[in-house]
Amino acid sequence: MPVREGIYGLLAEFNTPGELVAATEAAHEAGFRRMECYTPYPVEEAAVALRFHKNRVPLITLIGGLLGVTTAFLMETWICVWSYPLNIGDRPLFSWPAFIIPAYEWTILFSGLTAGFGMLALCGLPQLYHPLFNAPNFRNGATTDKFFLCLEATDPKFSIMETRAFLEQFSPASLVEVEL
Amino acid sequence: MATKSPMQDPVVDPMIDPRTGEYAVIAPGHNFNSVTRKIAGIVLTSNTPMGWFGGLAVAGGVATFLVVALTWLFLQGVGIWGVTIPGAWGFAIINFVWWIGIGHAGTLISAILLLFKQSWRNSINRFAEAMTIFAVCCAGIFPLIHVGRPWLAYWLFPYPSTMNVWPQFRSPLAWDVFAVSTYATISVVFWYIGMVPDFGTLRDRATLPAAKYFYGILSMGWRGSTRHWMRYETASLLLAGLSTPLVLSVHTVISFDFAVAAMAGWHTTIFPPYFVAGAIYSGFAMVITLAVPIRKFYHLEDFVTLRHLDNMAKVMLATGMIVGYGYGMEVFMSWYAASHWEFFMMWNRMFGPMGWAYWMLILTNLAIPLTTLWSRKLRVNALFLFLLSFVINTGMWFERFVIVVTSLYRDYLPSSWGTYRATKWDYMTFIGTWGMFTFLFLLFVRFLPMIPMSEIRMMLPQTKIRPGGEDAEKVIQETC
Repeated sequence: MPVREGIYGLLAEFNTPGELVAATEAAHEAGFRRMECYTPYPVEEAAVALRFHKNRVPLITLIGGLLGVTTAFLMETWICVWSYPLNIGDRPLFSWPAFIIPAYEWTILFSGLTAGFGMLALCGLPQLYHPLFNAPNFRNGATTDKFFLCLEATDPKFSIMETRAFLEQFSPASLVEVEL
Repeated sequence: MATKSPMQDPVVDPMIDPRTGEYAVIAPGHNFNSVTRKIAGIVLTSNTPMGWFGGLAVAGGVATFLVVALTWLFLQGVGIWGVTIPGAWGFAIINFVWWIGIGHAGTLISAILLLFKQSWRNSINRFAEAMTIFAVCCAGIFPLIHVGRPWLAYWLFPYPSTMNVWPQFRSPLAWDVFAVSTYATISVVFWYIGMVPDFGTLRDRATLPAAKYFYGILSMGWRGSTRHWMRYETASLLLAGLSTPLVLSVHTVISFDFAVAAMAGWHTTIFPPYFVAGAIYSGFAMVITLAVPIRKFYHLEDFVTLRHLDNMAKVMLATGMIVGYGYGMEVFMSWYAASHWEFFMMWNRMFGPMGWAYWMLILTNLAIPLTTLWSRKLRVNALFLFLLSFVINTGMWFERFVIVVTSLYRDYLPSSWGTYRATKWDYMTFIGTWGMFTFLFLLFVRFLPMIPMSEIRMMLPQTKIRPGGEDAEKVIQETC
């Protein structure tokens, strides 16, 4: 594993969601793109400020559901018609109305599993290590009562001095460099 | 409207919201930190209350009944139970339906009320979901041990066996396997996904290395990133949208086990809706059974307020009336259908040798709850609701007893009539599952966050955002 060097970004801490959203909005207007907010509960306004409007969770859930209904229905048809045909009072082998119920359940099973685990996968989780956990104050607040904005060093506009000065103007509760 | 203003009335209850006259969903004066401290403190404390150990010991003791009864069952076979012909479905199916019905309120609270944007559900949804999962665990035991050879229970699932034998997909019993296994899986996923952000909080607040490690693994490295939160919110909504038809379908499929059979007393189309309503009725009663002692013991009156109890009691009133309609319609149909067998079944159910069970059911499920729950005074009386919840769940158990036993024991052919008497092993198995349920629930309240912290934070006035952001302190002062 290569040795990690340099910094991940600048992390500004705010006490209220309003300050966070204002700073994020200003950062976007100033041209920053590689940035992220960290909050103890979902703040929709922060997502708007980050211009993060759409995600792919609904799409993969739909794919999961379609996969579930097809799998279950084809399996039942194959079993009842070809693999293990049972003649019960000469009723039709392809008795599709009865197949709907297990197919319905598997639609929900597959789409529920893709919604849950697909969401985690799209978020890149599980990821037990992250540079932000190195920041001294991050873990005291990000999951409890503080609101963070991180401008990342990979942004072309990032420069340690100027970005620090930019963030200072929002008078954050703290402003730290996050090491990689 | 003659709502009293708090200004004129000096003794007004601080828990009553002056704008609506209703009890508040969350006590005033909380902030992000106090909510987190209170809820995380229950889990992370190094000072486990003695009462918890006492409860765990009692519940564990009762759960050993289950271990003993199952051991004897595996040694001797289902002959030790009271099931026989014609009453081939006894306690096992009654208890299965009863437990799985209890689970349904958890999904209703976590999914259907989320879709309806009923934010009061936030503080009770986590432990209601836990209740669902443990109730499904208890329910699942019964069909597994009823199959006779539980070590071959995997034959229920479609898998390519060397015998080339497959499940019969036209049978409601096979549908049941799909419905219940899906229900259990999706409930666990929904519950776990809901806890991930709270595991992050616990990881960050834990002081013991073991706790940091344990919650750190469970949190999967959750760090509260806004992009993650948005995907998380979408996934929660989708899971809620998927759980809603699921929960309705599970008890519908279970009712098909009965309704598809050509048996007087079972063969009715009203079964699916009436089973679902009954399930929600008993499930809300169980949520109250659990919520009332927990809020008292852990001093959670700030989060589980009288508003929650009032709302749950209203849901019970509504579903109880649907159940009452179901009973009425069953009686009406047995007359209106002009079927000799149906008519006899209903007469026998009401006035036959087991008629006492029917009247017990009417008393506990309809007469007591549906007269008292109209009173708001009683709906906000925690002790009354706690006692009533036991009455309702007794009634719901008798409902299943009446449906299963009184339809079976006197069927078409009088020469094959019999009776049904549960044995001590039946009772021990059933009582043992109460112990197992309580045991699991006590472990849950000790080791997992029983109230979703992130969702409670969202209900606080501090979340309001005004343009500019600097007047946030003012917002807090105004709204508190």
